Amino acid sequence: MASIGDGSERQRIAQQRLRVLAGHLRRLGAEERPGVAAQECRAGPRTRRENVPAAPQDIMKWNGWGYADSKFFFNKKGQGEFTGKRYRLSGLILPSLKDWFEGTFGANLQHKSPAVPSLNTSAVAPPSLNEAFVEELKSTGIPFSHDTEDRVFRAHGHCLHEIFSLRDGRVGRCPDMVVWPNCHNDVVKIVELACKHSVCLIPYGGGTSVSSALECPPEETRSIVSLDTSQMNRILWIDEKNLTAHVEAGIIGQDLERLLNESGYCTGHEPDSMEFSSLGGWVATRASGMKKNIYGNIEDLVVHIKMVTPRGVIEKSCQGPRMSTGPDIHHFILGSEGTLGVVTEVTLKIRPIPEYQKYGSVVFPNFQQGVACLREVAKQRCAPASIRLMDNEQFQFGHALKPQVSSIFTSFLDGLKKFYITKFKGFDPHHLCVATLLFEGDREKVLQHEKLVYDIAAKFGGLAAGEDNGQRGYMLTFVIAYLRDLGMEYYVIGESFETSVPWDRWVLDLCRNVKERIVRECKEKGVQFPPLSTCRVTQTYDAGACVYFYFAFNYRGLSDPVHVYEQVEHAAREEILANGGSLSHHHGVGKLRKEWMQETISSVGLGMLKSVKDYLDPNNIFGNRNLL
Amino acid sequence: SAVLYLKTEFLFLKKRDDFEDILEERRNSSDLRYAFKCYTPVLYRGLTPCKAATLKSMVLQSEQLLHVINQVSAESGESTDVVKDEAAAILEEMAHRLQLRTIRFFAYTLSKAFKALYRSVCVNEEGIQRLQQAMQEHPVVLLPSHRSYMDFLMMSYILYTYDLSLPVIAAGMDFLGMKFVGEMLRMSGAFFIRRSFGGDQLYWAVFSEYVKTMLRKGYAPIEFFLEGTRSRTCKSLTPKLGLLNIVMEPFFKGEVFDVNLVPVSMSYERVLEESLYARELLGVPKPKESTSGLLKARKILSEDYGSMHVYFSPPVSVRSLAQGRINRSQFNLTPRHVAQKPSEETQAFVNDVAYRIVRLQQENMVVKPWVLVATLLLQSVEGMELTELMEQTSWLRDLARMFGAFLDWPDHTPCSMVVSSSISLHRNLACVSGSRISLVVEGPQGPETPEEALFNRAVSVLSCASYRNQVLHVFLRPALLAMALSNANSSRKEDIYSCFDFLRNVFSDEFILSPGASVQDFDEACHLLVKCGAVELLHQDVVMAESGRTVLSFLTLLLEPFLQGYQVSCSLKCYEVLSSDLQKNALNALIRLNVVRRVRT
Repeated sequence: MASIGDGSERQRIAQQRLRVLAGHLRRLGAEERPGVAAQECRAGPRTRRENVPAAPQDIMKWNGWGYADSKFFFNKKGQGEFTGKRYRLSGLILPSLKDWFEGTFGANLQHKSPAVPSLNTSAVAPPSLNEAFVEELKSTGIPFSHDTEDRVFRAHGHCLHEIFSLRDGRVGRCPDMVVWPNCHNDVVKIVELACKHSVCLIPYGGGTSVSSALECPPEETRSIVSLDTSQMNRILWIDEKNLTAHVEAGIIGQDLERLLNESGYCTGHEPDSMEFSSLGGWVATRASGMKKNIYGNIEDLVVHIKMVTPRGVIEKSCQGPRMSTGPDIHHFILGSEGTLGVVTEVTLKIRPIPEYQKYGSVVFPNFQQGVACLREVAKQRCAPASIRLMDNEQFQFGHALKPQVSSIFTSFLDGLKKFYITKFKGFDPHHLCVATLLFEGDREKVLQHEKLVYDIAAKFGGLAAGEDNGQRGYMLTFVIAYLRDLGMEYYVIGESFETSVPWDRWVLDLCRNVKERIVRECKEKGVQFPPLSTCRVTQTYDAGACVYFYFAFNYRGLSDPVHVYEQVEHAAREEILANGGSLSHHHGVGKLRKEWMQETISSVGLGMLKSVKDYLDPNNIFGNRNLL
Repeated sequence: SAVLYLKTEFLFLKKRDDFEDILEERRNSSDLRYAFKCYTPVLYRGLTPCKAATLKSMVLQSEQLLHVINQVSAESGESTDVVKDEAAAILEEMAHRLQLRTIRFFAYTLSKAFKALYRSVCVNEEGIQRLQQAMQEHPVVLLPSHRSYMDFLMMSYILYTYDLSLPVIAAGMDFLGMKFVGEMLRMSGAFFIRRSFGGDQLYWAVFSEYVKTMLRKGYAPIEFFLEGTRSRTCKSLTPKLGLLNIVMEPFFKGEVFDVNLVPVSMSYERVLEESLYARELLGVPKPKESTSGLLKARKILSEDYGSMHVYFSPPVSVRSLAQGRINRSQFNLTPRHVAQKPSEETQAFVNDVAYRIVRLQQENMVVKPWVLVATLLLQSVEGMELTELMEQTSWLRDLARMFGAFLDWPDHTPCSMVVSSSISLHRNLACVSGSRISLVVEGPQGPETPEEALFNRAVSVLSCASYRNQVLHVFLRPALLAMALSNANSSRKEDIYSCFDFLRNVFSDEFILSPGASVQDFDEACHLLVKCGAVELLHQDVVMAESGRTVLSFLTLLLEPFLQGYQVSCSLKCYEVLSSDLQKNALNALIRLNVVRRVRT
């Protein structure tokens, strides 16, 4: 066993950290935690199934986002509610949700568009198995399955069209079988067998892709094997001298964080999908975490990567913090989206759990002022762990998710705050917008930092609006994906997409143009109600920012809503590119955005990537056809 | 240009809006009350309200301008403060000071003047409604045709009347020469630009940033004349691209979602400057704009200038025009405050848009009966029988209609009445003696020298030609084809096309012929001539139809003066050759075609 460090003190810190984490993310109890495990394969007892087990469909939705027990619904009184126990919002009544929902989308609770209740397994084509491959695989003892539910669950990510089809009971090409390697060596064996028998491999981590990356290419004639990394979920060692941890790539974000917390550490990498997404998936898509201002994005966090390719295993020989040894081979792996091989083990930087964490929020009279403030904060390089700016529509949306107030006093206070901001300070409720903040570190430094940021905000007309608003903003991040499922029950479909863009051309420019383009395209395509088209700034950099768009509309009266949706999203992406935005900041390209790759990285650039693919995987064993 | 080209069918089936006379209400109610009416225009929804003075400081502090100031200062060695002061002085000289007081003053005085000058001022109200809608949505650029000083006064007057945002207008610096009046114009929204500032980087930067700032902020609709100057010949001038480039740039760079271009066609039954223009074309210098000149011109108030039509075309969205033509991401790699020379692709696009707008202006120009009469008179300069004129006018009316002209011909009135009433309005140009009608030639009381006689004759022909020119755009393409038919080596379609293409190329400074639209123009011409039965399209050939002689010879004669003018060697058979405008165009064409070379002396 690797060292965990000395007992009680670490235990205490870990528990504190857990409480902090629970602030914006509540999850299942601790009874299923795996420990830090031994390095060799299959040594000692291990928990075979994590929070997201090998049969995740048992606790997760098969046709929607997240846990099966957590969902929004309208109760008999027409009030919104969120079920389950996992989140802060769980079990609460949301009185303003209905009005917001009906008002924003022109939706009506009487008009329902329910999903098919369960998967009709007979609608799924039987697996086409490569017998020789299956025979040899059996002899290795690596578990596998060709159960229909297992296959269907790994046939999709969370793009709108994928979920929409599932709700309709439609299933396209599925993997023909699923394998669960237990360790790096298992992967080596599987890849060897796949090459030998000409089988197509598609690596599968957390399944949270929103780029059609997990879709099986319909033109693929070989047997497709989904390589599910979920069983490779151990922390192999922690090195406190160098502050690194060596981790198997199948580990899910929240498990990684929790296990490290037990040792008093964290990675600080918290993408919005961290409840379900895997370390290997982060590496393969160049993921970005909410707190990147302190901890960095995934490319800043990795020290060492081990990847199995058809050509062999690729890794560096040492763990030096920086090297000048030609182009960094990690950068061929980061963002390769499963086209080159399977990431099996990663050495990551870790940090001691911060002593203190504090949320905050600032109200600005309008979006421009807010953006100007974020720009100044970035310029002075004093961004807190996270700083995000919601536009007015999203601010109103946040309000719709406010739980029922517990006392007259709170409601009176809310009224007073609103009065102060709108009447006394003269903010227009239809223009004001909110920045949410998260500070982390030593208590004293956090307080200093907080003051600095609030002082800057004040220069741009920002008013501090309390911790609670900030915390609710971050909580929204985790539940918003659940909200799409609610919309789909009532003829509302939507999606989010993101971009990164230089500072000088995006306030009122990229944001406004893209939002307007969405509205206009919807109208042209016959959408009968104005869409929800809103954005927020989720990350700031020295030279630009990351912008997130939410887009949803009521599709009643449309014969092919998904097609309309796709056309509008396509137009929105063209608009982003025309306005100087990037193809993607962290979602990746997958198959959804690959038509723009050439104009994005030039045909020479594309040729470089192709030649790497041709060298590593000449027979296209990793045949998910993402990216290129 | 294929994208921008107006589809032939669309052009001829198009239904135009009805007109309303805005002077009617002025004749029936108090002008004073009108001048002091409650004026609350619908504003652009993205408007950041600011004052004219704030606007100036925004321009002076803009990154764009500061960048150029630093460059200029680095190149010239002057300190940035000096250059900044220079920029401020340029802006001071240029900037408008739009204020409602002055507008109200003009609303009052112009009401009086217009009622004295015009029988009616007709505006298409549907166009106004579309404009109002467009003004709320996106920044608007108003692009009126330019035939008279009246144009921009009239535009602001109409917008004020309909409670629309008042435009800021790009005007020539010449007006500033007029004491008091120049400043009055400034206060009614005019901003003044030098006629030429080719190499002056700083001037260009101040100017373009000033216009772009107003556009980006949605400060006011921006109005300018694509033709650059008043057309002395009443024929559309080939468009100038500078300002159009400037107003499209904020869209290219993503600073605004879209820009709406609104072509406005202003047609006068009689242009105020009628005889001045003819003299100017013959080389008599343009009278300098001066206040005393304006006061002297009061006498025109006692004359009858007939009616006037203003047609607001539907807004043209730059975004939809640019769709598939402009790759906006080409601007992604340079900071937006650094001016970039437009790419060839962009230049070609702007040029196409400019031609398209001018053609839209032409298309909705109202053609008065007199225009047809003048056209016919010019083809028989020695005069003709009145009855023959009546007959031919009626024939020409039908032909013009068939070709899609926007004819203002009174319903249920016999042709003879219409013709004689237009002759009487233009009695300074044509006179009837007995049963014959001929051009009026003004002469001195006493004996005149041969030079004077020639000059006076030319004045009357050129004045008359300025009316004929108003219908040229209707007949231009078929006329070029008619000319090609009579000049081509064979009746084979390729031969005729190549002759057509040659003529089109020769005349592309003279007329509005969109570059690169030769094939479409040829098709359009064929379509029209087949439609009126003048030619037949056989398998490989284009041949004249039996009944086509009249139409074809009319069309050929129509362009004859221009053809002659271009035959530089010709002796002065045709008075229009004397027009300096034609000489200039011909010279440009010859230079373009490499026939002659410009030698600096």
